[in-house]
Amino acid sequence: MFNRLPNIIRKPIIFYFDNEPIEALEGDTIASALLSAGVVEFRKSALSHNKRGPYCLMGTCFECLLEVDGVTQQQTCLIEVKNNMRVCREETKRLITNDG
Amino acid sequence: MTVDVDVVVIGAGPAGMSCSRVLAQHNVNVVVLDEQNAPGGQIYKNIEGVTEKRPADLDFLGKSYAEGIEIANRFRAEDIDYRPGSSVWQISSSVVGKRRELIYSAGGKSHKLMAKYIVLATGAIERPIPVPGWTLPGVMTAGALQSLLKTSAVYPTGKLVIAGSGPLTLQLISQLMDANIEIAAFVDTTPAGSLFRAVFHLPRALLAPEYLKRGWHLVRKLKKSGIKMYSVASNLEIFGDQKATGLSFTSRGSRYGIEADVIALHEGVIPNTQTGRLLNIEHQWDNSQNAFRPVLDGSGETSVAGVFAAGDNAGILGAKSAVLSGEIAGYAIVEKLGFIKESARDLIIEEAKLRRFIENGVRPMLEALYPAPDWIASADNETIICRCEEVLAGDLRKIVADGCAGPNQAKAFLRCGMGTCQGRMCASTVTEIIAKELKRPANMVGSYNIRPPIKPISLGELASLNEG
Ligand SMILES: Cc1cc2nc3c(=O)[nH]c(=O)nc-3n(C[C@H](O)[C@H](O)[C@H](O)COP(=O)(O)OP(=O)(O)OC[C@H]3O[C@@H](n4cnc5c(N)ncnc54)[C@H](O)[C@@H]3O)c2cc1C
Ligand code: FES
Repeated sequence: MFNRLPNIIRKPIIFYFDNEPIEALEGDTIASALLSAGVVEFRKSALSHNKRGPYCLMGTCFECLLEVDGVTQQQTCLIEVKNNMRVCREETKRLITNDG
Repeated sequence: MTVDVDVVVIGAGPAGMSCSRVLAQHNVNVVVLDEQNAPGGQIYKNIEGVTEKRPADLDFLGKSYAEGIEIANRFRAEDIDYRPGSSVWQISSSVVGKRRELIYSAGGKSHKLMAKYIVLATGAIERPIPVPGWTLPGVMTAGALQSLLKTSAVYPTGKLVIAGSGPLTLQLISQLMDANIEIAAFVDTTPAGSLFRAVFHLPRALLAPEYLKRGWHLVRKLKKSGIKMYSVASNLEIFGDQKATGLSFTSRGSRYGIEADVIALHEGVIPNTQTGRLLNIEHQWDNSQNAFRPVLDGSGETSVAGVFAAGDNAGILGAKSAVLSGEIAGYAIVEKLGFIKESARDLIIEEAKLRRFIENGVRPMLEALYPAPDWIASADNETIICRCEEVLAGDLRKIVADGCAGPNQAKAFLRCGMGTCQGRMCASTVTEIIAKELKRPANMVGSYNIRPPIKPISLGELASLNEG
């Protein structure tokens, strides 16, 4: 569903998504690297467990949340992918909030 | 550890960059925080990376994008403590020793700053568009596709359908065309009669003729492109099971169904009021933009003393005006800190305001050409309005009929606005629906109260903050 424009200048790097190696280019965000590698569903909705994927790519929708190097609920559209990074899907948890 | 600073600017878009540049030029101690990895904001996202590493891509990203490098260079030229990858998640409403506490998260750790002045330059978000199926993977915003092109030179393959209205859709189409990326269809939701209404605003728009020229050029380019177009489209419905596979809509009296692999929605942008709401600053509903914006004085100070708002989060005026609003707020703070005289400040600010008035000449015309959608309050009962907690429009109408008086009660009853996005994707819709159901002005209905943390923070990170 997504592809790359011809680009030779950026350096290729490898990161891991759910333990599978994925090639990306330096400067990609985690989300853009995954999209161009054919991953479009990142998580499941909290209630009905329907599939979700990045919607805004600018930090507002929180549909791109993944676990990154052991830290949960990271907005992968805002984080630059790095060599050997370990990214994985997580069980969607409801946010514990202090109001109600 | 807590660090004292004079000013914290939140956002390194055109507004935040220009504001902090003015401050630094007057030797003010300023910290700029932005959750992105590089300066530029939304319009000039990754401008440094593209200019340096992929300059050929500036051809299709266009002149109005390429211009951003100059703003970024001027920002970099000053000695500014700029901290990319920093998400602000708390700003205290109380002041201790003339300073206000602000907390941000960077690299999995939280940090505290104590600031005399805070400038909210957090920009705009794309208006949430509650149509059936908008939560399916493969459905994105026009801005998201632009963002992929800017950050990574990644483009959609397969059948791409752009559905929506506004200058950003035209700009995206133009960029995709120039990059030779195929667009299966443009479903234009601009209502009929817009051009006629817009003509009345032509005289003022002529103050800034280059916008008119650019807009005219985009429209002509689209007409000649051969892209399949459907005009005056309404009642969008996206279908698909695991992911989007197509959409149906009404266009000039007929119903159509078309296949799609990627669907880009867009209905204009609205102020990102999240940090302002956190501080409980006063907002007012803007009837022409159908959105809340903060109430400001002439220099951009909000109802909370010492807190300023500049750029599109203060009302949608575009990048050029954002630069000017950033400068105005910057000079106002420089004067408050005693680095320039009141009379000097007034001269500079008046001149900047005049330039902003000229820049904004095209706004009334744009708003008439591409009016805010009028159907959101009528979203179908079965449509999800809160993506995180999967609350339907019908759920909200039902509790309103049962006596729910406003967004905060709705939040308590339905949990809408309590998910990870903390209401960013449903606040505007919830206000519009309640206003319509109660036949009450949106201004009276109000919006969610926002509580910290405004970004998900792990318990471990919270604990590390207390350790110092
Ligand atoms: C997706 C999108 C695409 C756009 N594309 C164009 C375009 O191509 N052409 C055009 O003319 N206009 C475009 N606009 C309109 C745009 O709002 C203005 O042109 C311009 O970017 C406004 O500048 P600004 O400085 O006010 O805000 P922005 O440029 O939006 O900058 C705000 C910055 O604040 C940061 N921020 C927000 N909240 C926080 C927080 N809590 N913590 C830390 N940082 C934070 C963001 O990361 C962002 O970098 C776009 C708007 C959007 C939403
Ligand atoms: S895709 Fe919307 S927050 Fe990342």
